[in-house]
Amino acid sequence: MRRLRALLIKEFIQMGRDRLTLAIMGLLPVIQLLIFGFAINTEVKHLPTVLYDQSVSAESRELVRGFQSAGYFDIRYGAGSFAEMNALIQGGRAKVGIAIPPDYQERLRSGRQASVQVIVDASDSMSAASAISTAQMIGLVKSQQVLFDRISPGSSGSRELPVDVRIRPWYNPDMVSSHYMVPGILAIVLSMTMMMITSMAIVRERERGTLEQLIVTPMRTWELMAGKILPYVVVGYAQLTLGLLIGILVFRIPVRGSLLLFYGLTSLHILASLAWGILISSVARTQMQAMQMSFFALMPSILLSGFMFPREAMPAFFRAISNILPVTFFLQISRGILLKGVA
Amino acid sequence: MDAVATRDLTRRFGHFTAVDRVNFRIPAGSVFGFLGPNGSGKTTTIRMLCGILEPTSGSAEILGMDLFSGREAIKANLGYMSQKFSLYDDLTAAENLDFYAGLFSLPRALARERIEAVVRMAGLSGRTKERVAGLSGGIRQRLALGCAILHRPRLLFLDEPTSGVDPRSRRRFWDIIYDLASGGTTIMVTTHFMDEAEHCDSIGFMYDGRLIALGTPRELKGFVPGSVWEVLSDEPMDLLRDLEGNPGFLDVAVYGRSLHVIAEPGAEGILARVGARKIAPSLEDVFVHLVKAERGEKAA
Repeated sequence: MRRLRALLIKEFIQMGRDRLTLAIMGLLPVIQLLIFGFAINTEVKHLPTVLYDQSVSAESRELVRGFQSAGYFDIRYGAGSFAEMNALIQGGRAKVGIAIPPDYQERLRSGRQASVQVIVDASDSMSAASAISTAQMIGLVKSQQVLFDRISPGSSGSRELPVDVRIRPWYNPDMVSSHYMVPGILAIVLSMTMMMITSMAIVRERERGTLEQLIVTPMRTWELMAGKILPYVVVGYAQLTLGLLIGILVFRIPVRGSLLLFYGLTSLHILASLAWGILISSVARTQMQAMQMSFFALMPSILLSGFMFPREAMPAFFRAISNILPVTFFLQISRGILLKGVA
Repeated sequence: MDAVATRDLTRRFGHFTAVDRVNFRIPAGSVFGFLGPNGSGKTTTIRMLCGILEPTSGSAEILGMDLFSGREAIKANLGYMSQKFSLYDDLTAAENLDFYAGLFSLPRALARERIEAVVRMAGLSGRTKERVAGLSGGIRQRLALGCAILHRPRLLFLDEPTSGVDPRSRRRFWDIIYDLASGGTTIMVTTHFMDEAEHCDSIGFMYDGRLIALGTPRELKGFVPGSVWEVLSDEPMDLLRDLEGNPGFLDVAVYGRSLHVIAEPGAEGILARVGARKIAPSLEDVFVHLVKAERGEKAA
């Protein structure tokens, strides 16, 4: 016990004196949370749009109003030809092009199908996806109106749909991106710090030759491991608390489940990430290598864990990889407890 | 009783044999000097005896216990100071000492008493609150030694403790070593300095992973097969070419602006006539001769 105590005291003194470690511990979560929380928004609005209206009629103007009022399309350009519209999209000034054919009014009035072309720049898939779904929605709503008018012309009677599909996005009803992001960033930041700080601390001992010195003393292996792990568990909880405070105070994320359970289950994530750190330290020869390897291990944590992209869409091979990443599971824990209130 | 006794101690790294069937004994309470060029296997041997490195084959008895089965019991009686003075740079001298006192589970009162003694020995009085990184080489070296002997080990391994330290600190360091030895501690020390080797009770000389000479300094000097003569010259390299190969001269080596010639009795007359002076062989003469003899054997 005395040996472990000596080791812990030493570790905390060193931690407090190393500026890099302190910076990683304190600033990293704050900066990452603020950047990701504010900047990342998967909801795409106000796409610059070019309109090529060949019909120029009351009907076409009404349709354009429908597009504008949704808030997703900002009609910034008017084109006089297909070539002009295409050039604007190709040049990147417009993301969406709407082309209304010359016979739009005529076809609608004669009860035939009128087609409207919507061109979407899909090189940015996130904005394309929301543009496409919104355009389809507008088309459907418009069609319904026309059909109703045709069935009961001039009637001011009920215009209710026979089937009403109502979607309610549970757990994040307003679809606020930051509510979804913050638990993820917490997971990533915790994993990264735990991996990086522990692996560097252990490799530093080896680099300086102090590890060799420790082996020659009566210190047991478990004492050495505990002495390296316990201080960083404390650091992990400090980070978690800091990150959670920012999430609650700045981004107003709801805490629907039990915080106690959340803190309890976080220990699993911290320990798993520490284990990764120890694994890295057994391979890395220098602190620089340890840092690089930690970053290398971090990339899959960001891309494959479900933090950025849904795991459901991944091929089985990559889903298997995501199963060895601590972040994958902590994401489920943190989103589950904070947003869903799972107990 | 022997503090250390090795039996065909061997360590290979891949195809490279760093330590090749090494056998020696160190009587308890004596100072054993471990000499040899860089890369000859000194550090590897010490690391095996400390339990940092597994031997590939062979074994050793440390303080009467087997190297493998007695490992934990040995550790409590072992002191080790590696080449790098492995202190924690970012801790103060006092924090380093407290840490090692904790590692060896010293009772608090005893720890305080021994730390005070180390502080006096290392010349650290008044500077214990300074970070180790800022201390001079000599003080750091004595502090590292102090940390290694806080628990009063019966056996102390020092791996090149005096490299990179000024001569006065070196002198002071060896005074401490003699002190410890007279108190009954067995010390195994590696060094490159021949004057330090002269002061050891016995010496082992490593070359290419093998122990090629073992004995007291006096015994080793007896290995020189003839008498040693010193010839002064302004152009020692030219003189070397003239003298080398002469049938009466067993060995010629350059020492700065003089040559040392090992001569058979029959050739002594020539040397006396050219103004050479007969000198007592130094350990350096012994080792230069041994290394040349080894190389000659290999070439043959």
